Amino acid sequence: MSTKIQTKNLNLYYGDNQALFDVNLDIDSNAVTALIGPSGCGKSSFLRCLNRMNDTIDICRVTGEIIVDDNNINGSNVDVVELRAKVGMVFQKPNPFPKTIFDNVIYGPKIHGHVKDKTHAEEIVQNSLQKAGLWDEVKDRLHEMGTGLSGGQQQRLCIARTIAVNPQIILMDEPCSALDPIATAKIESLIDELKLKYTIVIVTHSMQQAARISQKTAFFHLGKIVEYDKTSTIFTNPKLKQTQDYITGRYG
Amino acid sequence: MTYLLISTLIAFYLGKLKHNKLAIDSDVSLKSSANSCGLLFVLNAAITHLAVFLGTSNEYIAIATSIITAVTAYFIITPHSNIRKINEQIIYRFLLICSIISVFITIAIVLSILFESFRFFEEINIIDYLFGTHWSPQNYNPDFVEEGSNKVFGIIPVLGGTLLITGVAMLVAVPIGIFAAIYLSEYIGKKYRKFVKPAIEVLGGVPTVVYGYFAALIVAPFLKNHFGADPESAIAAGVVMGIMIIPYIMSLSDDVINAVPQALRDASYGIGATKSETVKNVVVPAALPGITASVLLAISRAIGETMIVVMAAGLVANLTINPLESVTTITTQIVTLLTGDQEFDSAKTLSAFALGLSLFLLTLMLNYFALRVVKKYSEKYE
Amino acid sequence: MSSNKTNTKKRYAAERRFKLYGKLAIGLAFAFILILLVNILTKGVGGFSQTKITLDVPAGFETTSNARKDFKNILKYNYPDKSSRELRKLGKAFSSNAGYEVATQLEQATTQTVKVTAASDVDLYYKQSADISLPDIQLELVNNLKQKNAINTQFNKDFFTLGDSRNPEKAGMMASFVGSLFTILACLCLALPLGIATAIYLQEFAPKNRFTEILEININNLAAVPSIVYGLLGLSVYINFMDLPRSAALVGGLTLALLILPVIIIATRTALKSVPDSIRKAALGLGASPMQVVFHHTLPLAMPGIMTGTILGVARALGETAPLIMIGMVAFIPEIASSWLDPSTVLPVQIYQWTKMAETGFIEKTSAAIIILLLLLILLNLVAVYIRNKFERRW
Repeated sequence: MSTKIQTKNLNLYYGDNQALFDVNLDIDSNAVTALIGPSGCGKSSFLRCLNRMNDTIDICRVTGEIIVDDNNINGSNVDVVELRAKVGMVFQKPNPFPKTIFDNVIYGPKIHGHVKDKTHAEEIVQNSLQKAGLWDEVKDRLHEMGTGLSGGQQQRLCIARTIAVNPQIILMDEPCSALDPIATAKIESLIDELKLKYTIVIVTHSMQQAARISQKTAFFHLGKIVEYDKTSTIFTNPKLKQTQDYITGRYG
Repeated sequence: MTYLLISTLIAFYLGKLKHNKLAIDSDVSLKSSANSCGLLFVLNAAITHLAVFLGTSNEYIAIATSIITAVTAYFIITPHSNIRKINEQIIYRFLLICSIISVFITIAIVLSILFESFRFFEEINIIDYLFGTHWSPQNYNPDFVEEGSNKVFGIIPVLGGTLLITGVAMLVAVPIGIFAAIYLSEYIGKKYRKFVKPAIEVLGGVPTVVYGYFAALIVAPFLKNHFGADPESAIAAGVVMGIMIIPYIMSLSDDVINAVPQALRDASYGIGATKSETVKNVVVPAALPGITASVLLAISRAIGETMIVVMAAGLVANLTINPLESVTTITTQIVTLLTGDQEFDSAKTLSAFALGLSLFLLTLMLNYFALRVVKKYSEKYE
Repeated sequence: MSSNKTNTKKRYAAERRFKLYGKLAIGLAFAFILILLVNILTKGVGGFSQTKITLDVPAGFETTSNARKDFKNILKYNYPDKSSRELRKLGKAFSSNAGYEVATQLEQATTQTVKVTAASDVDLYYKQSADISLPDIQLELVNNLKQKNAINTQFNKDFFTLGDSRNPEKAGMMASFVGSLFTILACLCLALPLGIATAIYLQEFAPKNRFTEILEININNLAAVPSIVYGLLGLSVYINFMDLPRSAALVGGLTLALLILPVIIIATRTALKSVPDSIRKAALGLGASPMQVVFHHTLPLAMPGIMTGTILGVARALGETAPLIMIGMVAFIPEIASSWLDPSTVLPVQIYQWTKMAETGFIEKTSAAIIILLLLLILLNLVAVYIRNKFERRW
């Protein structure tokens, strides 16, 4: 398994409060890596470092190296706009634009200049919606509003939107926490397929979900990585007692 | 104007053309869309046009230059240039300039009034202005330098007139406004509130000249005939101004009263208090900072009001607390001194700027005070 | 126990009184609205009709270049038994424009009769709009005309086509209406782009530092400055310093632009603030630059709010009087302005002027003009409410 993302001595501060301490993590390509841990342990903050979304928070400061394909994306001369075309993000609450389904999906490729002409646009939209498992449900109503879909469909639309830009890495911040179990199941099987083409990092509160869909799991606590290993190991035979206590629900 | 539009269109299509040409030719995926290419050309052409036009005032030279720039851009743009970044820098600078211009306006107001006021205070002693009790600019004779005979620019009677009328207005507006607000937020049913609140806010949308007309032609004669008021009286202007201010106080107070959390009211009802007791003892005290602020803002509005007083109050300064008499206000004097044929430089006309400065400072202080009161005494409800 | 009961009774009585005060307050407020509206309506209705008198024209009448003389001759033809002194007095019952009206009608077609506008006093008397006492000779004339059915009222087209006049019967509001239009247009051309650009910068791009804070405080202060101060500014900067013509619609527009600039800035900022952050985050996550986020997403979604704010700002500007008086829009404007630099006036200033006029005839014209102004404002507010209901999203 080759390494897609590598963080070296990653520290994160919100003003004077430090939220991440010396995080060193190697993320495999074409695999699903899950980040678990109690609330406030820093896993979402860490996730947002990977596509420089923390830049939008004024008081946030990130030091250390984040290496994606031999490039340190945490440098000051990095074009974050380009980066975010390469590293996509799906958020906790589905947030489709108040535009048509078609316009939602084609927005990313359009602004990055990937679209050659109208036929090409239609190809991209169909492709992305198929990969997101939404095509059959919406192919007849591409010009209806994206906000008119159900919660699960909206989230799959957001995934399609992210895929349309052709990223290499997809970050997911608790993507199923606002969805019902059936929609969750659909998205989980979707993630399983997506990993064949993309590198996926997913933050989740549900340990069952992490156990189901990820190959490797990192357990965060108070801004530090406590344990990082193959998912099967973490959940059946963890090396540290702290990990054991967390996954059996003794705290957190 | 039409030429500008045409050259803009030409520039836009030139830009799109270049983008599409590059898209076909190279394998490098372009970083921006065709439209942003077109936009760059347009911005380029527009800025050149404006700059040249303002410099030479010749439409044709400006158009020619902008077309030349557009064509040059066509050949300069390469697949590697980051069009989007360039566009955004231009737009960002434009936004920043607009903001600075907006601020410039406050500075301009203060500067222009200060400047003219200083010219006034060169001729007239500022102490005489601030503490003098005699205001009759028409009696001013610059050649008469005898002690005491030229003290005709005392602001006290004018300020007194303003305060008297404002006082009458507040006597009308505050009780009605606050009680209306209380009734609207605590007692009235939901469906009536939907009609009553906007209906009263209609009063606030009526232009002040209409109120002035009402005061001059209907209220003043009525008060003259039935109460022996002067034909132009403080009470006529004051009452009508009060009517104008009612929706102001009502709106602001209503918002503040509604913001008091229901939990406080429930606690009071739980003890067995009646609604009016709850309002008097719990709601109003909790909303008091906001209500005070709204009254202060209303006073500020009344002090700065011009049309009602110009049309219904008087022109002669008169220091009195009898509302039936005729008084004049700061705003009336500003208008009278500056309309009609006056040379711009005489002390008479400059005194209007001194009055304007006083007015500006007074309202500024009141507004600042209102804000401070709200900040200092407001409880933060979650 | 009984003291408790009386106590409770007292408290309930206090409750009822309190409620009464509230109802009284609302009742009074409504009463004021009603009195104002009824007064204006009753006084203004008359302004929309105009009394016309029909006079016979002798067969073969030829117009000369002297319109006044032509009118005198026609009058003589209608009242042959009056002495020339009486004829002069009779002539006063007709509008001073009578000669011109006669000439125009005769030029268009040879008719047997011409319709002439009555003078203001006769007009008011006939419409019974006010307590006017006419001189006997005019009373006689009116009765005579009533019998002959030669006097009637018709829709006052002049009110909507003519500019100001010294004579109330010929006074029209078109000049001030066009002046208002030009002024508001000039105002919007400056205030709208400047205001929206400033709001976008402050809300979406400005770094949170001392400088930005000062900018924001300044703009909030501007919103509370009395409008007359803007008039002073306009006077000293536009007229004195920049030497622009007094009373021009352009200068009026520039002065009002400064006035509604803070309104537009604040309305735009509120609209931008109300767009939820999740949309911005989603767009950023896809790799849109901050400026693309604003122009592709935030601004379009904030548009309904911006438009309602602008329309309410325009409604305010339409009613502004004091600042425009200061920059000189108090001239007598009989001609409708045709360019931005011609002297003109606006509707509220026209109302102000007419209120000062001594002739009784101006009262109904003033009220009629007020009715038009109020209708315009109601229209604007309705449009704003419509836009708000149809396009604003509830997030």
